[in-house]
Amino acid sequence: MTTGPVISDAAGRVAPVTRPAARPGSRQRGRVLVTGHLFVSGYVVLLALFGVIPVIYSLYLALTRPAGGFAGLGNFIQTAEDYRFVPAAEHVAAFLILWLVSLTVFVVLLALVVHRLASRRGRTFIRFAYYIPGALAGASSVLLWLFVLNPSVSPVSILIRAFGGTQFTSVIAPGHLPMVFTIIAFWTGAGGWILILYGALNTIPADLLEAARVDGAGPLSTAWHVQLPLIGKWITYMLILSLAAGTQLFVEPQLVSQASFGVVSNYYSLNQLAYQYAFTQNNFNGAAAISIDLLIVALVCAGILISRGRLFRTD
Amino acid sequence: MNEGRAAQPGRLRTYLSGGRAGQPNPGEAPHPRQASKLRSYVLGGAVLAAAASLAACSGGQSVGGGSSSTSSSSPYGFTTATQNPKSEITVWVDSTRLPAAQAYEKAHPGQKIKIVTYDGDANGSNSFRTKMELYNRAGSGWPDVVFTADDNSASWGSQSGTGDLAPLNKGTKNLIPAATLSGFASGSLGVCTVNGSVYCLRNDLAQNVLWYNKTLMDKWGYQVPATWEQYQALAAKVATQHPGYIVGTAGDAWTPEIYMWGSECPASQVTGPKAITVNTSSPNCVRAAKMLDSLIANKTMSTQDIFGPQFAKQQGSKILMVPGPAWYGGSVFQGLLKTPKGQIAVAPAPQWASASTPVTGAVGGGAWWVSAHSTNLAAAVQFATWVTTSDAYQVDLAPGYPAYTAAAAKWIAKQQASGYWANNISAPIIAAASQVWAGWVPPEFSQEAVWASTVSAGMAQGKSIESLLPAWQTAITNQAKVLGYTVGK
Repeated sequence: MTTGPVISDAAGRVAPVTRPAARPGSRQRGRVLVTGHLFVSGYVVLLALFGVIPVIYSLYLALTRPAGGFAGLGNFIQTAEDYRFVPAAEHVAAFLILWLVSLTVFVVLLALVVHRLASRRGRTFIRFAYYIPGALAGASSVLLWLFVLNPSVSPVSILIRAFGGTQFTSVIAPGHLPMVFTIIAFWTGAGGWILILYGALNTIPADLLEAARVDGAGPLSTAWHVQLPLIGKWITYMLILSLAAGTQLFVEPQLVSQASFGVVSNYYSLNQLAYQYAFTQNNFNGAAAISIDLLIVALVCAGILISRGRLFRTD
Repeated sequence: MNEGRAAQPGRLRTYLSGGRAGQPNPGEAPHPRQASKLRSYVLGGAVLAAAASLAACSGGQSVGGGSSSTSSSSPYGFTTATQNPKSEITVWVDSTRLPAAQAYEKAHPGQKIKIVTYDGDANGSNSFRTKMELYNRAGSGWPDVVFTADDNSASWGSQSGTGDLAPLNKGTKNLIPAATLSGFASGSLGVCTVNGSVYCLRNDLAQNVLWYNKTLMDKWGYQVPATWEQYQALAAKVATQHPGYIVGTAGDAWTPEIYMWGSECPASQVTGPKAITVNTSSPNCVRAAKMLDSLIANKTMSTQDIFGPQFAKQQGSKILMVPGPAWYGGSVFQGLLKTPKGQIAVAPAPQWASASTPVTGAVGGGAWWVSAHSTNLAAAVQFATWVTTSDAYQVDLAPGYPAYTAAAAKWIAKQQASGYWANNISAPIIAAASQVWAGWVPPEFSQEAVWASTVSAGMAQGKSIESLLPAWQTAITNQAKVLGYTVGK
């Protein structure tokens, strides 16, 4: 999904730019096709190996019994009736709502601010600063946050205590967790998206903004009436990828569970529940059923976003 | 969430092309004709790949379950892998047991050994089982010998196809001689035993006693409590006379194994391979919960994790008493808190006044497991035997009370001779070893994990333990049912 537009762009651009004088003969077209296929082949192979085949395998697992034989929807029913399933689904939903809303609002806001900054050096510095947290791998940045959130060792313990957190266990009380995970996810992931939206803002022709200014639009109305509609597709794109990533919430609750010695259960999210099914109950079929549930939710939501956001419409 | 790893590269790439060229747009579609061709290629490839994967996975599954097909049967009562007496053995230890593996390596320069440190399966992490399930799935990768701090591995490890831990005395020929097994303290191999077969060697015993600071008790003129009633009364005195000092901790996942087990609370009565009775509303559980609640309320009972970052700093020097396992002496006082010598003493664990015979609980007590898949069983068994029975580790280095009787006597004598302790610690520790209440049997799942996610989590929100007893009941029942237990009350 992520590389699609880029590759099509590369394939589409290579031909007219490098051989503008060529006749539209069949040999020429063949060569263009080969180039195009070469470009996508790496992606297709990896997609098949790490995307399509695992999905088909888990579909196969989800529809069969651990001992073999067709199970129908048995695994789906068994996992959905598990006492841990509904709370886990609620946790993931609460996190997604908080995260996607805050991601959209703050990322767009910050990208607009960077774009409006006058000083070139200031912009370069801020772009770099935004990207730094994203450069840390997922698990290590969560580990960093475990220290930040522990009032006894945190550099911002005054802030945590001001919010009433006296012990690590009270900071990670169940009601706080969606917010805590949102903050961690925003910190680790938002920087990259700010840069992407900043890049998108750069593609808006300067004369368009100039025209808006001449017509009397201030920064706010320029942003609302000109810039936002033009980067809408990018925002949709961000939402789809973030939604897919967010439904798979795993590293944060898993590490928090271990760090809290189990006070946060190790089945907080659906992905963790799938992990429990696979590795403590030796039920890979149940785990596969949960992952198929997640896939369906992510596909449906992405479908809605794509059709509503008119992501693939070319004017 | 894989956000950081999965989405980043795509994002970066898109940004670069968008930033430089300025044109590309995520909405831009490929040329229609190319797109349809492309789609058919992708689809075709996917179908082929799917067929291949289905074929592969039906084969792959049988590899995981049936590794026995490539190995021979043995006189040991299980199917062994093809043996290679020269192969390296892989040993998993927690950081506390690292010296055991290193001492073995030093004493046996001829044996190649690979030491891997992991969390020791402590605090209900379940990492041992998780990893073994994964190796079973893959059909390779098992360690040869594993140390665990938990006591529930035998129940799943003995099931063929899930644990595949080696029974040590099952076949016509024992992996471990009966004479060695009988050298362990009576009852100590109970948690290792399923249907008469022993699956592990106990590293140490973890019977609970009452640790106290004799210097402070003498200075303040306090009597060491013999009953929980006296203990509670003394705590009330401490709360008013010496606020800040604590008489115990209840912030760890093993809290129920100290206070509930010691109160004969029937929360974990395993009655069969897949049967358990749970009754947390029994008066025995309620009395312990009420006591803890009152001590937490008057702040003489700490609610922090002993090994957490805050405890040592804030309350480490404020311990007047702490009921806890035999290993607290080495791990907590000498290791974590570095309490000066001559202060800490041991008394028998307090009893409830109504109890007819003295009982106590136990917190873990490590064990060593041998994998049935080991390709060098001789070396694996030798390692497990050495670390549990040899004086070079159990007497000279071990922080806890050895389960092997001969080593235990020497260990306690050495502890006494060190001059660290303020009284004769051997009598109460040895007596407690045989007083562990047999009504609490660890099931396949971790009771510590259940307690932490229900009771500890509720305590963090200010709820009383007594009010959380029903939730605890539900949580144990749910967890047991998920694993196929029938649950009685």
